[in-house]
Amino acid sequence: MRSPRAASALPGRTLLVLAGLVLVGVASVLVALVSGEMRIAPVAVIGALSGTLSGIESDVIRHLRLPRAVAVFVCGGLLAMAGALMQVLLRNPLADPYVLGISGGAAVGALAAMMFGLAPWLVDASAFAGALAAMLLVFGLAHGDGSWTQTRLLLTGVIVAAGCGAVITLMLSLAPDTRLRSMLFWLMGDASGASNPWPAAVALLTGLIVVLPFARDLNVLARGEATALSLGVRVQRLRYVLYVVASLLTAVAVTLIGSVGFVGLVVPHLVRFVIGNDQRLLLPAAMLAGGTLLTLADTAARTVIAPTQLPVGVLTALIGVPVFLFLLSRTRKVG
Amino acid sequence: MSATMLEVDRVALKVGERWLCCEFGMRLAGGECLALLGPNGAGKTTLLNTIAGLRQPSVGEIRIEGRALAHWDSLALARCRGVLCQHQGDHFSSSVLQTVLVGRHPHLGRWGWEGEADESLARAALREVGLEGFEARDVLTLSGGERQRVAIATLLTQAPRLFLLDEPSNHLDLHFQIAMLDLFRRRADEGCGVVMVLHDVNLAARYADHVILLDGRGGVKAGPRDAILREDLLSDAFGHGLRRFDCDGRMVFLPE
Repeated sequence: MRSPRAASALPGRTLLVLAGLVLVGVASVLVALVSGEMRIAPVAVIGALSGTLSGIESDVIRHLRLPRAVAVFVCGGLLAMAGALMQVLLRNPLADPYVLGISGGAAVGALAAMMFGLAPWLVDASAFAGALAAMLLVFGLAHGDGSWTQTRLLLTGVIVAAGCGAVITLMLSLAPDTRLRSMLFWLMGDASGASNPWPAAVALLTGLIVVLPFARDLNVLARGEATALSLGVRVQRLRYVLYVVASLLTAVAVTLIGSVGFVGLVVPHLVRFVIGNDQRLLLPAAMLAGGTLLTLADTAARTVIAPTQLPVGVLTALIGVPVFLFLLSRTRKVG
Repeated sequence: MSATMLEVDRVALKVGERWLCCEFGMRLAGGECLALLGPNGAGKTTLLNTIAGLRQPSVGEIRIEGRALAHWDSLALARCRGVLCQHQGDHFSSSVLQTVLVGRHPHLGRWGWEGEADESLARAALREVGLEGFEARDVLTLSGGERQRVAIATLLTQAPRLFLLDEPSNHLDLHFQIAMLDLFRRRADEGCGVVMVLHDVNLAARYADHVILLDGRGGVKAGPRDAILREDLLSDAFGHGLRRFDCDGRMVFLPE
């Protein structure tokens, strides 16, 4: 692997890297708009987006492909940023957005709604409520007498996640066969139902705006709690901010497309391998890289064996695992 | 006599139901070096963390530069006093230079970025601890002693006026033990205050002007070095007989 850069990320370099990632991200969305069963030329895509083209091609792009592409891009960004935040919060490189039981709570909510055949918007509402319930439960239990440590938070989260897993299995075994397939797809992460991604996009930008002022504090916190305290970081307040923001970002993503795995764990590490661990660059870069990767994965998921659509979560796992193992094996040689 | 850096005013510490030390007081002026000595579990680190403002004393008050710790803004305090913590757990890879630059955190504003001046401070600190040429190395690949020196360089980059060191000689070989303590002694001679937790009575005898001796049973002896580093007091505190020898004008303690 490349040796970590000597100097810290400079503001100029940061802007350059981010500008590059924005271009790649836009390109990935264009690829998503062009690809599909119906062949649509790039020129037509631009026409449909600018409103100069009408007809079926324009409808497919504006009402089918664009919402889905934006939804997966936003969710990739949400998950990658939440993962990066969780890794700092728990000071654990293996943390991902789901480790504290948020996705488990969302899944319990969503699957319960699906089991009773409720309308799609009620499934979403139920998923979000489940995620919030898990978040409050873990926070309440871990916080307890006020001395919440990373270990206690992690243990509480893992146990709540395990409890949710048991409930999910129970519901799957009781669910009628006609609903089982859609429930399984939800669990693996499925973007086909995402029709209105814009609130999630607002949540993503809000999250970024909230955490960016704390980015250098996060750099210090990653060095350890005692060091952070002695350098004047208000660790307790920072932890609350981190926990709430990371949990809410995860809840929004999971509500929109289900629990897509590996993006939240792998993307922050991929970005860290390449650009280092300066959170001022890492957080926005992970957001853009996560969006790009999930958009490409979802495009592949719906085109590889079209007309059959794969759940995007399967593809992110199939791509993410080998890439990550490869990078990891290259890193070890340096040490 | 230079200005008072640190005042410990009738402080007592209690952890759980156990009193680590009963009420005591002491003051440290700029230019002076204070050693905290005592057996394992006597509360040296707890006392150091209390002085640093990382935890509250059970009784009494700590003042730094005349102001009670409660009245300090956390970033202003971090510009005034620096702490060398005992455990340097690094879980994420990062270059040595980037790690050391973390020490500039309290000096930069909310949106500030480390600039040329910060970087040259960090490079100078790395030179001072003998890690020149390590700037681009990953901290995760360093040995224990090298990590300890990275932590010391981070503290030097923080550039506080009061240094609070928890076992600064940890993990260091003989040469670097002396080199690092010499370095802090020089800081003291330039007018800074230095407080350090030490395990080695002889290092305390060599570097300290004042000593606080905890005996692990709640007893505290605080005072000038020669009043505290006595065979009877040390033997009693450590629960093992110590004998003093004088050699080339320096005192040396050997266990019986």
